[in-house]
Amino acid sequence: MHKFGMTGLSLTSSLIGFMAILMPATGYAKEIADNVKGFDHLWYEVMVDITIIGVIFAAILLYFMIKYRRRGDDDEGSQKPMSTVSAIGWAVIPVFMFLADDLYMAAKGWELYNDYRNVPENSMEIKLEAAMWTWDYTYPNGVKTYNELRVPAGTPIALRMTSRDTLHSHYIPDFRIKEDSMPGRVTYIWFYPQEPGEHVVTCAEYCGLLHSRMAGKIIAMPEAEFTAWYKAEAEKLEQNLASN
Amino acid sequence: MMNVLKDWIFTTDHKKIGLLYLIGSIAAFALAGIMALLMRTELSAMGPTITNNPNDYNVWLYFHGAAMILGFQIPALTGFLANYLIPLQIGARDVAFPRVNALSVWLFYMGIILALMTFVVPNPPDVMWTGYPPYSVLTPGNTALYTFTVLLLGFASILGGVNFLTTITFMRAPGIGWNQLNVFTWCTYGAFILQLIFVPVLGTAVTMIMLDKYVGTHFFDPSAGGDVLIYQNLFWFYSHPAVYVIFLPFIGIVFDIVATFARNRIFNYKAAIYGGIGGIVLLAGEVWIHHLYVTGMPDWLRVGQMVTTLMISVPVGLLFISLIGTLFKGSISFKTPMLYGLSVIFLMLIGGLTGIPLAIVSLDLHVSDTYFIIGHFHYVMAVAGTFSIFGGVYYLYPKFTGRMFNETWGKIGFWLSFIGVNTIFFPMMVVGVTTGMPRRYWDYQQFPEAESFHVVMTVGAAIIALGFIVILINWIHGMFKGAPAGDNPWGSRSLEWTTTSPPLAHGNWEAVPTIKEGWGPYEYGTNKA
Repeated sequence: MHKFGMTGLSLTSSLIGFMAILMPATGYAKEIADNVKGFDHLWYEVMVDITIIGVIFAAILLYFMIKYRRRGDDDEGSQKPMSTVSAIGWAVIPVFMFLADDLYMAAKGWELYNDYRNVPENSMEIKLEAAMWTWDYTYPNGVKTYNELRVPAGTPIALRMTSRDTLHSHYIPDFRIKEDSMPGRVTYIWFYPQEPGEHVVTCAEYCGLLHSRMAGKIIAMPEAEFTAWYKAEAEKLEQNLASN
Repeated sequence: MMNVLKDWIFTTDHKKIGLLYLIGSIAAFALAGIMALLMRTELSAMGPTITNNPNDYNVWLYFHGAAMILGFQIPALTGFLANYLIPLQIGARDVAFPRVNALSVWLFYMGIILALMTFVVPNPPDVMWTGYPPYSVLTPGNTALYTFTVLLLGFASILGGVNFLTTITFMRAPGIGWNQLNVFTWCTYGAFILQLIFVPVLGTAVTMIMLDKYVGTHFFDPSAGGDVLIYQNLFWFYSHPAVYVIFLPFIGIVFDIVATFARNRIFNYKAAIYGGIGGIVLLAGEVWIHHLYVTGMPDWLRVGQMVTTLMISVPVGLLFISLIGTLFKGSISFKTPMLYGLSVIFLMLIGGLTGIPLAIVSLDLHVSDTYFIIGHFHYVMAVAGTFSIFGGVYYLYPKFTGRMFNETWGKIGFWLSFIGVNTIFFPMMVVGVTTGMPRRYWDYQQFPEAESFHVVMTVGAAIIALGFIVILINWIHGMFKGAPAGDNPWGSRSLEWTTTSPPLAHGNWEAVPTIKEGWGPYEYGTNKA
């Protein structure tokens, strides 16, 4: 009876896992997702989950190691061959338990992934072309910057990325996001700088000699300050074009 | 002397070939370890430390990765352990194709020599063990060396695969059924199935790189209609299963060690074999996209393979339950090989469970390509794998030398290594997720907070080096001065311990061993505790 109870429990929990997978596909929150918080929350949950599993396994292992240590030189173990029923039980029940946990985490992961992939409608789209070893940004009004991306705090920023030469990966640890930029392909990420501040940008895909020095920064500015800077840069750009 | 040399060079004896693999792979391990020490020294402080040239660091890193995986782990597991153990475990007099076997080992040595040319050629390869284009095509480094090293070692693997699958299938002594095989034999069977299916894909991928670089084709050049991501797909379509080519034999030898030193039957043997090993073989080829989570693969593919990747925990979990269950009601002796065997379970727990956040695509967007992943795969593959290999060497040591190593020094070497690896690889995961410092960095000025971690890790590397020196001296010393071991020093029921130590040069036994009804390699329990 006990074993059947366990099977039922595992079956139910894996069903819940399946349903949880379907959930994120239906309906979508309108407010801008905070992926940093989302990430930190899921990371914490997963750490708790794997710590519990790890501690259970390690505790059993240690207990066995102490309890069943050899006492006499000629001693042998006394485990009996398994009956078919318990062999199947010891295979099927763990399979469902692991599967339930897997599907539950996959569902959670997918939910957060949707937030990462759905660019908010009001975001500012900036083009990025990576090259050995520089990050070149182009703003919607044509302003270009190198290795320094100034953005208004409070606006979600989307990057459309490609590369002039080899693979690079635009990684912003503070925003928990990276994606490769590649020649011949366009990829995208978005992030949401809510407060003014500076954030490291670094290359996460091996690109040769100066890979480790391919660093830049994102400077989130108060919106008014940004607008002033943005306009001034645009004017400079026009003057340059006119004088040429 | 000349005769001895001739004997070893022209040998077709699976045991000698196995030992040749062992010598070559331990040499590769030592060299790749020196590279690791150079890298750790470089990283021990911010800014240039022992070299001003990032290229030096990149070449060390290339050699470290390529030599550890292709020159040490795969040959030590599917070369040394498989060669030495499998004919003995199945009661065969040799492998099915002894001369093909000899060809494999010498291809392996040629591969090692090609890899060593890294230190001789003017523009050494700097493409990492993954060799991603376009960089591997654009670099002035010598990518051809990389290609040919991979091709030679891959060819050796394919030949090994044909050989061992045939041997295990057809050459078991009369009376040994599939359910009486050692777990190690089963694991190697699974590993070689994977090698046979997937190595050709890797060969194709690295050949295309070479054609692009030297012949002028455009497989990976988007300006001429190529695509940069084809390579990564092909590469990981092989290289993820390659993880299991390493994992399966190492968990297999751990099973054999644990069962022998607990003198106990394998807990739920059939679940481990058909569920665990079978499940891994079936899933191995459906999870490679998790290496491409941050390359802009289509979302449906990323989410789909997140599910398959997480499902790997099912067969691995079955193997874990079986392994830990084998201790239940056992009679556990903590000799050096067993310390390695048990520590692998702990290391695999850390390594395996930290794979779960990496499998979840949204979490991987942050930790992919950071120190977190280096810590993870070193635990799961590098450290657990190496501990299994060293445990396997200690386990078989009395068999292949006929002598005993020094138990005390064996334990000292083990504890130094165990402390060392945890000192280096746990902080690695912490620094990866907290600072986000990416891998393959010669310097880390943008992550000043990582420096103290790097100091600790470098100390860990030094402890490992010390441990390895102790281990190596113990092995060499024991070969000449160790006490005679006897045929079966561990009291194992497995077939390889029924022959003399070392076994007869040709044929392994005086006569093919007769298998009694109901015999099994793990049938313990006749001496009551």
